[in-house]
Amino acid sequence: MLSLGLLILNGDKKVIFKSSWLPWVLIAPQAFIILVFFFWPATQALVQSFQQSDVFGTKVEWNGLENFASLWRDDTYLASFKTTAIFSILVAGLGISLSLFLAFFADRITRGAWVYRTLLILPYAVAPVVAGVLWLFLFSPSVGLASYMLEKLGVQWNALLNSNHAMALIVIASVWKQISYNFLFFLAGFQSIPKSLIEAAAIDGASVWKRFWTIQLPLLTPTTFFLLVVNTVYAFFETFGIVDATTRGGPGKDTAILVYKVYFDGFKAMDLGGSAAQSVILMFIVISLTVIQFKYVERKVNY
Amino acid sequence: MIDRNRWLTFLTHLVLCIGVLVIVFPIYLAVVGATHSSQEMAQSPIPIWFGSEGLTNFKTILMGEGPGVTTQLPVSRMMWVSLITALCIAFGKITISLLSAFAIVYFQFPFRKTVFWGIFVTLMLPVEVRIVPTYKVIADFGMVNSFAGLTIPLIASATATFLFRQFFLTVPDELTEDVKMDGAKPMRFFWDVLLPLSKTSMAALFVIQFIYGWNQYLWPLLMSTEERMYPIVMGIRSMTAGADSQIQWNLVMSTAILALLPPALVVVLMQKWFIKGLVDTEK
Amino acid sequence: MASITLTHIQKTYGLGAKGNTVIQDFSAEIMDGEFVVIVGPSGCGKSTLLRMVAGLEEITKGDISIGNRVVNQVEPSERDIAMVFQNYALYPHMSVFDNMAYGLKIANKPLDEIKARVAKAAKILELSHLLQRKPRELSGGQRQRVAMGRAIVRQPQVFLFDEPLSNLDAKLRAQTRLEIQKLHRELGITSLFVTHDQVEAMTLAQRMIVMNGGVMEQFGTPEEVYNRPASTFVASFIGSPPMNLLKHAPDLAEGQILGIRPEHLEISDHGWALKVDTVELLGAERLVHAQFENEAITLRLDASLTAPKIGELFHAKPKEGCIHHFSAETGKRL
Repeated sequence: MLSLGLLILNGDKKVIFKSSWLPWVLIAPQAFIILVFFFWPATQALVQSFQQSDVFGTKVEWNGLENFASLWRDDTYLASFKTTAIFSILVAGLGISLSLFLAFFADRITRGAWVYRTLLILPYAVAPVVAGVLWLFLFSPSVGLASYMLEKLGVQWNALLNSNHAMALIVIASVWKQISYNFLFFLAGFQSIPKSLIEAAAIDGASVWKRFWTIQLPLLTPTTFFLLVVNTVYAFFETFGIVDATTRGGPGKDTAILVYKVYFDGFKAMDLGGSAAQSVILMFIVISLTVIQFKYVERKVNY
Repeated sequence: MIDRNRWLTFLTHLVLCIGVLVIVFPIYLAVVGATHSSQEMAQSPIPIWFGSEGLTNFKTILMGEGPGVTTQLPVSRMMWVSLITALCIAFGKITISLLSAFAIVYFQFPFRKTVFWGIFVTLMLPVEVRIVPTYKVIADFGMVNSFAGLTIPLIASATATFLFRQFFLTVPDELTEDVKMDGAKPMRFFWDVLLPLSKTSMAALFVIQFIYGWNQYLWPLLMSTEERMYPIVMGIRSMTAGADSQIQWNLVMSTAILALLPPALVVVLMQKWFIKGLVDTEK
Repeated sequence: MASITLTHIQKTYGLGAKGNTVIQDFSAEIMDGEFVVIVGPSGCGKSTLLRMVAGLEEITKGDISIGNRVVNQVEPSERDIAMVFQNYALYPHMSVFDNMAYGLKIANKPLDEIKARVAKAAKILELSHLLQRKPRELSGGQRQRVAMGRAIVRQPQVFLFDEPLSNLDAKLRAQTRLEIQKLHRELGITSLFVTHDQVEAMTLAQRMIVMNGGVMEQFGTPEEVYNRPASTFVASFIGSPPMNLLKHAPDLAEGQILGIRPEHLEISDHGWALKVDTVELLGAERLVHAQFENEAITLRLDASLTAPKIGELFHAKPKEGCIHHFSAETGKRL
């Protein structure tokens, strides 16, 4: 889970301890782990993306930007990009609108709110891969309740053959899992709007609907934007388990989102250079999203 | 007290009830599925009320014997792996982050800013983005198929460090001055003053990190090639590996219930800390 | 423009035996075009009353009518009222212009009319140069005026004010009081103004309601309330320094309290025997705090007169016709 936001880099403490060796000892564990398991591999990924090795990993040649170029020419990679884009737009869009809808209503009640909230946050505890399994079960061609009902409506469900069905399946499972998170943030957002603003709008003649559109929604813009970035990152990375449990990137490669492709190419197809190049591109995307979010939050309007 | 509209209140509860129903339904269905035999779960439409085979199913998967078990591994072992992983990640992350945050906030040392930024950068790159080379490092260390390999690379990221940093910055300077005047060592201050104050933040982080660790999938997928080191989320996946008609849904659902029960319990029982933790880490 | 009628209003929080009744049996009639101030200490229920008129609080029992219409079940958005909140409640994401235009836009008024009405209100309140600013860029006083502008632009039947001057500094408060008075003279809209500040009440009200503990103590003009307070509460709440209330005095009957305002006591050769405790010079006046038969008493004297010194004994006499009598038991005027 990407967590960024307002990181105040100023605001240093005035009272400081003096020691030449203690801080280093304290930092050591985290620094060591980060260096060995983070920076070193990240650098390696960078280096590898410029190299080409054979299946046995014995021969290594310098490839320059060739790996990237071939990715650019590779139809399956571009298709994967497109798939990921569509997927994340659907997941972010549906995830945000549905949770906004629920949060709006949850904000209106006082008694019994905790019951709804407790139940609505359950999907957060479910692992993506387990979520995938649950929805796989619901949509199982043979025994799934959902596929049963769809059949009654005249739709022949088959996620193994129909790309749209497969995409629908992973979108539904992903949105289901993310609703809790979005819901909690939207609810907090609604509750942070001062009651007097709503009262003033009501006195000015605005109905419930008008108040939502002209007052509440605009004031939720920071939250919405924040969730947009988080949901996009979620769709890009944390949905691996869902894809692996349900469609495995299929049918064919029609639901192979980028992170799935990185895994597949690196570990199943053993294309280390290509996989590394894909990793580097992914890193770049994440960093950009993070920077955008950080920059926006920094310029965040403080009412 | 505006909008005393009865209809609106009814609509509100209706929408929320439907929403909750839709959200909870897959989990409910899993419980139902876990309480029937494999025959009952192989016909369509499946029953939507509870059956009586619950105990049998759970025994089957936990012991790893009985008909139709696709892995040789008892789920009890897998739950053990998940538990150790989750606890190690949660405690590990909290510990090293407390120490690092303490150092960054309360000490002046050369390259402090660099260290800060270095840690900051880790926020931007989840493990999914560096899987191949990180795997190689683990393999070179010989840590494949070990708890160390499953946990250590995942405690690198800086979420917790920043949460604690933010929190420490709000601790009044007077407390530190008091301690300094008493001539106490920094670690004394850390232990006697800072830690007790941080209890809420630690609880909040624990919830989130425990769930994060328990639900880890991609990483163990790479790290654990031997079944005995499979966490339960991997085990459940391998149970659905076959063709749709071959899958023993009752056992899969029982495993699913076991896979989601501990995190669900943690979330529900520690709800207040959980929500606080979520909202705090994103600020 | 309309009258406001409150009939046997009761407000109870909670149900049954555990219910907390904050307003008992409150009735009042506010005339069309009148400026009425509800004044009382914190927690007396004045804001609750106002909010019930606005439709923001449920009415437990009784009726509220605006004009000739009973509005108990009418939504705030349909009562044709405007309210100025204590913290202004300006829409932070909208400019000053949009804040003031909001109500009109909701009512689907044509853009020209909106622009004209906002411009007119902005001119009256000296906000014309701030129309494109956002609330966070404004000072407290400017925000207050925008809140009023938002109300004026709507041209409602009733204005409601919920302690709008409380967050302003003393000088701004005095200035704004005058502006509100002027506005009411120009617009003549029925206004209900809630405050805990008796100075605001005295200066702004055509008639005022003094409230205490959910009960109306007196409803009258400032003169009536000041010169003929209906109870000891009103007597001590209105007027600064408050009226002296004495349990013991010459010629005072049993079970009665004697009231005399500080400015109605004169130094004399014979009369009540007082011993000076402290003296405060206010500039044009002097306050002499003294002891009279073991009770505290305050006199307000012109500063040009020689003041008694601390510890000194002197005599004072109440002015003719300025003595008030209250029942010691009920506090009511006799």
